[in-house]
Amino acid sequence: MLEIIVFSTLNGLLYGLLLFMLSSGLTLIFSMMGVLNFAHASFYMLGAYFAYALGLHVGFWPALLLSPLLVAGLGAVVERFGLRRVHEHGHVAELLFTFGLAYVIDETVHLLWGSIPVSYTAPEYLRAPLFSLFGTDYSIYRGVTMMIAVLMFVALWYLLRKTRVGMMIRAALTHGAMVGHLGHNVPRLFMGVFAFGCALAALAGVIGGPLLSTEPGMAQALGPVVFVVVVVGGMGSLLGAFYASLLIGLVQTFFVALDVSIGDLLNAVGFGVDPYGEVTGITLASIAPMTPFILLVLILIFRPRGLMGELEP
Amino acid sequence: MSLRVSPWRALAPWLISLLVLLVIPMLVSGNGTFSIINLIAINIVFALSYNMLLGQGGMLSFGHAVFFGLGAYGAIHGMNLIGDAGYDGQGFWAHFPVYLLPLVGFATGALAALLVGWPFCRRAGTAFAMITLGLGELVAAGSQMFPTVFGGEAGVFSNRMVGPVWFGLELAQPADVYWFSAFWVLLAVFAMWAFTRTPLGRLSNAVRDNAERLQFIGYPPRNLRFLVFIAAGGFAGLGGGMAAVNYEIVTPESLGLLTSGLALLMAAVGGLGVFYGPIVGAILVTVMNSLLSDYTDASILYVGLVFLAVVMFAPSGLGGGIEQVRQAWRRGDLAAHLPGWLGGALAVVLIALGLVGTIELVYQLSHGRDKLAQVLGLQPDPSSPLVWLGVVALFAAGFGVARASKNYREARS
Repeated sequence: MLEIIVFSTLNGLLYGLLLFMLSSGLTLIFSMMGVLNFAHASFYMLGAYFAYALGLHVGFWPALLLSPLLVAGLGAVVERFGLRRVHEHGHVAELLFTFGLAYVIDETVHLLWGSIPVSYTAPEYLRAPLFSLFGTDYSIYRGVTMMIAVLMFVALWYLLRKTRVGMMIRAALTHGAMVGHLGHNVPRLFMGVFAFGCALAALAGVIGGPLLSTEPGMAQALGPVVFVVVVVGGMGSLLGAFYASLLIGLVQTFFVALDVSIGDLLNAVGFGVDPYGEVTGITLASIAPMTPFILLVLILIFRPRGLMGELEP
Repeated sequence: MSLRVSPWRALAPWLISLLVLLVIPMLVSGNGTFSIINLIAINIVFALSYNMLLGQGGMLSFGHAVFFGLGAYGAIHGMNLIGDAGYDGQGFWAHFPVYLLPLVGFATGALAALLVGWPFCRRAGTAFAMITLGLGELVAAGSQMFPTVFGGEAGVFSNRMVGPVWFGLELAQPADVYWFSAFWVLLAVFAMWAFTRTPLGRLSNAVRDNAERLQFIGYPPRNLRFLVFIAAGGFAGLGGGMAAVNYEIVTPESLGLLTSGLALLMAAVGGLGVFYGPIVGAILVTVMNSLLSDYTDASILYVGLVFLAVVMFAPSGLGGGIEQVRQAWRRGDLAAHLPGWLGGALAVVLIALGLVGTIELVYQLSHGRDKLAQVLGLQPDPSSPLVWLGVVALFAAGFGVARASKNYREARS
């Protein structure tokens, strides 16, 4: 039991941190431009695939840097020539644009790299065990991933709170017009934030690719969950996104790890039901993929502004 | 738009539609063609029901397939009940013809929307989009857990050759199903058009444009959204019922995000602002999907690109374009606009050809030839720079024409 708890906590934290990497970019973009970027998870996928393709030529570590840069460039192009053009037609048009973009990116990946997973893995020496607990190994790579995620979180905090650019971004979040009047180039700032958010997503893809699997379905698998994180955390709240990421990461991992059915739970609190019935026989593990969406629907019904958000969406 | 139109003028679109539906089976033959036409009919109903939400009610939904899929499940279970009741010929289902199963789909879809819709309709906009996305994912994932209702991965299948047959209307071949589809698509389109003429339909436009003002007048926007949501769910379910009869199988895939996205795609490509827009979109997207997938593996990419292009360059969709031409024709200054528009269309064609060329060349580089290149009678060699030069030339010509026709249009206006 202790083994399950320790490893589920570690894995849940790791998954949560990955989710946060994705959702932090999405939250930044949303709070700044009011756009819920449907293609965000597609940029995450592109990050993983670019890292795989580059890694074949330049090695793992350079690819870790190059891939997010490449995706950032792509994000900048998308913002400059796509979103900005659609912006004048309103938010629905923007949402539709990113929805179509997700289609196109996913299909392009299909076309270029095929529909089966590619063998994107971490270098051999990173796959060695970092430590062993209860006879189960915890690889160095997982440790490194967690470290990169935490470093990214600190860097993001520093960037937003302690630098001049961060000040401009925070100011533009609430008083965009005023920042413009003060002589700052707000559209360029928007482009920068969009590119930066895409780079964060790509970074998540680069380090998450070897952990999860690098396949054309990875964007569709994670995309909706990232939306849930942003909405549950509260639209535009980075801290909220952080808590929501960890919450969803932990809940989902624990649900997968626990071999208990609904009937077992009901019986444990005094109901006498058949633990193998159609409804009562459903295991928590099979509910795990649904938990984020259950959370989303509940939050939107009972607390529409999310955990930490100030505004209702 | 003038309010008073002669009854003939108002009837004309319906008479023409009826005529087209009657003429189609004389012109085409073959089960494959009828299958595509039946699919178009289903998608028309689905896309139009989606537009009741987005185009007319201003509610962007990413979970509309839930009602389509549940309607389909309702109808297929109804079909199974008819089949079972056929043995002893007793009870309600023994007298229920398969022909009327879309009604069961309608009821299921509307009931589902009635049950889940109230908390969703508090706000439109992003909140509604997100909560419907959540609902869609939830139902799609949840359907895997109840195999007796949803049939697991394989889905639920049935046989439509059961129950009483009215007026000799059998449903054996796709050509027989054509009359079934034609009947229901005409009825559903008419009903949805009539809905836009009801006070509720008008109010749904008002709640889209200015919900706050409507609240002040004394119509709670939430109630209106809820009613529209139920109606849209019902019509989506009707489309699902048609699909159940057409395919005799329903899988959990029909509940998922991809199916919801298809509705959005069709409605947006066709145009959200015009009633017949989604019909145009449904026809175009279905034909593209069905025909292209025979020739190229990139068919979804092409559909996605068309969608993206429409969102970026023609936000009012194809229907909006048709409407523009029609109004110019009515005003009598079509001739003045036509060169500019044709120039724009030519630019679109050139750029599209360039894109198709690029995609097919890249595809050849990574996978080898596919059939589209052969159908076009081309055997390009992706390693030769001349071919790529041709693609670049197409793009350049396209952008040049686009620029010239834009200048021309601006000079005229």
